[in-house]
Amino acid sequence: MKKFFTTMVAGAFAAVSGISAAVADPVKVGFVYLTNPGDHGWTYAHEVARLDVNKHFGDKVETTYVENVPEGPDAARVIRELARQGNEIIFTTSFGYMDPTLKVSKEFPDVKFEHITGYKRSGNMATGNIRFYEGRYVQGVVAGMMTKSNKIGYLASFPIPEVIQGINAFALGMRSVNPDAEMSIIWVNSWYDPVKEADAAKVHIAEGADILAQHTDSPAMLQTAEKAGVHGFGQSSDMKAFAPKAQLFSSVNNWAPYYISKIEQLMDGSWSTGDGPDHWAGNTWLGMADDYLVLTEFENMPADVKAAAEAAEGKIKGGFNIFTGPYSDNQGTVILKAGEAYHDGNLWNDMNYYVEGVNGKIPG
Amino acid sequence: MEQLILTVILTSVPLIFAASGELIAERSGVLNLGVEGMMLMGAVSAFAIAMGTGSPILGMFAGAFAGALTAGIFAFFALGLATNQVATGLALTIFGTGLSGLIGAPLVGHAIDGLPQIHIPLLADIPILGMLLFQHDIMVYLAVIMVGLCAWVLNATRVGLIIRAVGDNHDSAHALGYSVLGVRLLAVMFGGMMAGLGGAYLPLVLTPHWAEGMTAGRGWIALALVVFASWRPWRVLGGALVFGGITIMQLAGQARGWTIPSQFLSMLPYLATIIVLVLIARNREFALANSPACLGRIFHAGK
Repeated sequence: MKKFFTTMVAGAFAAVSGISAAVADPVKVGFVYLTNPGDHGWTYAHEVARLDVNKHFGDKVETTYVENVPEGPDAARVIRELARQGNEIIFTTSFGYMDPTLKVSKEFPDVKFEHITGYKRSGNMATGNIRFYEGRYVQGVVAGMMTKSNKIGYLASFPIPEVIQGINAFALGMRSVNPDAEMSIIWVNSWYDPVKEADAAKVHIAEGADILAQHTDSPAMLQTAEKAGVHGFGQSSDMKAFAPKAQLFSSVNNWAPYYISKIEQLMDGSWSTGDGPDHWAGNTWLGMADDYLVLTEFENMPADVKAAAEAAEGKIKGGFNIFTGPYSDNQGTVILKAGEAYHDGNLWNDMNYYVEGVNGKIPG
Repeated sequence: MEQLILTVILTSVPLIFAASGELIAERSGVLNLGVEGMMLMGAVSAFAIAMGTGSPILGMFAGAFAGALTAGIFAFFALGLATNQVATGLALTIFGTGLSGLIGAPLVGHAIDGLPQIHIPLLADIPILGMLLFQHDIMVYLAVIMVGLCAWVLNATRVGLIIRAVGDNHDSAHALGYSVLGVRLLAVMFGGMMAGLGGAYLPLVLTPHWAEGMTAGRGWIALALVVFASWRPWRVLGGALVFGGITIMQLAGQARGWTIPSQFLSMLPYLATIIVLVLIARNREFALANSPACLGRIFHAGK
């Protein structure tokens, strides 16, 4: 209910929050945000990139954003409104906007849509994503070497492909250095609920975890870790200010190059979702090698761990495929034999298991 | 295990504050659905003052004050202008959410130390019990004291009698010469103060930072708890602990790899609330014995 009203208010004032430019006919760019940029996590990273877009293009673009838009059918109204206001390209920045974006994209064939982290596309709807899992492999390496209890606590949001990829990449990194370490997953069923995230972190610590990782958006987990004297990893943006002693590093999402290149493509007419039945070619999925995912400084760890983290980061930047065999799922079934490796399609379609080292099973 | 119980206690504190405050307002006959908004105003004010002055205690007072002030806005409309209480309360939540976000925008990205734990001498050293009961921050003790105070005032004092009279039959109370609107104003402001304290507990203890909308719906749970507690203060305390307990249990169950789907586990606190409500409702006399007869009804003195 609350969110519904917030959205109505947000929708009504969408036009007001636009940053106006003085020059005639700037390219209008719309953004749809899941929470407000004040989450200091996921949406904050998008807002930083939007400001970079303004800086890069100056008065050649005019950006507008709508915050606190709930995922699901209601989002379509907000996206449609942005299209009606004359935005030529609209970025919808959460997985749950996938179907609403697809629906609206059919109503406005001349507007370009970029949906972030989904997999459905059309002639004028492309997808953009960052290879978040690359950073999580490095986190796994650090966690595996740092843990004394061999118990890692992981906070997850919703069982969607990118979250499962993250969990498995973390576990593969962890098991590459420490075959005895195990991960427990708590699904908080929310992207953003600071108190619940803190509660879940406390539960992990009470259960013996000494390294925490998260796929949720607030700095609450790291603050809890700081207070309890354990370590953890920040999410989406640098969270060092919240946990100077606890943060080992953060994987920072850098959306600016993606936004800028897509807007440039729109300006010079080369924007495309590519050919083929699923329009795969025109879509963006880059990672550490292209600075779409940036790791903050490795801190609060011994020199050998730091060296291993740097080595893992370098290896991935050099083209190492994390999902390379041999490995099994946590039921003992062999997934990939030595020499076999996943390609991108597998990551989205076939990863419905936890790898060895992760406790429990995927909900739902 | 003790650590888990400790987490249950701490996570229940905001609910205890907010729900017992709302309980007093409702016993005086006013339904204020703006708890979420008042909590957020309390949270942002507490964080701002604690960060600015370096004193979390001052932050706590600021949270209480801001909550009461926000409730004053509700009182102006719902009591002064006799607007619909449900609509006004909903508007207050939207208003509080928005205004707290605006005030809090420059505070995002900062962290504070938060309220310190107080070790009560001797008692704190008792094994297990000492840790569970006697090593908390001041607001945990305050929450229990306030529940006791609410129960005592309502049941054993003349003030409580007047509050209940106004809530149960405002026309009679008016005829007896009590200022119905005056009593309700104070009850609503008290409710706001308590919601502000509940909100303040988030940035002062649970997650020592400010983030927009950080209460994430706890104001609504507090409202449900008042009904759950059938308008009795001590049952609010019990209900909040049950709710917190089930929440933490489902998180712990996941960490221990229970094979029950997490969606089902997440549902448990709400399921428990519904079950208790159904059980209570089977005995209507028991359920409604303390329900204020004039809850949500507008009072016109001239009638």
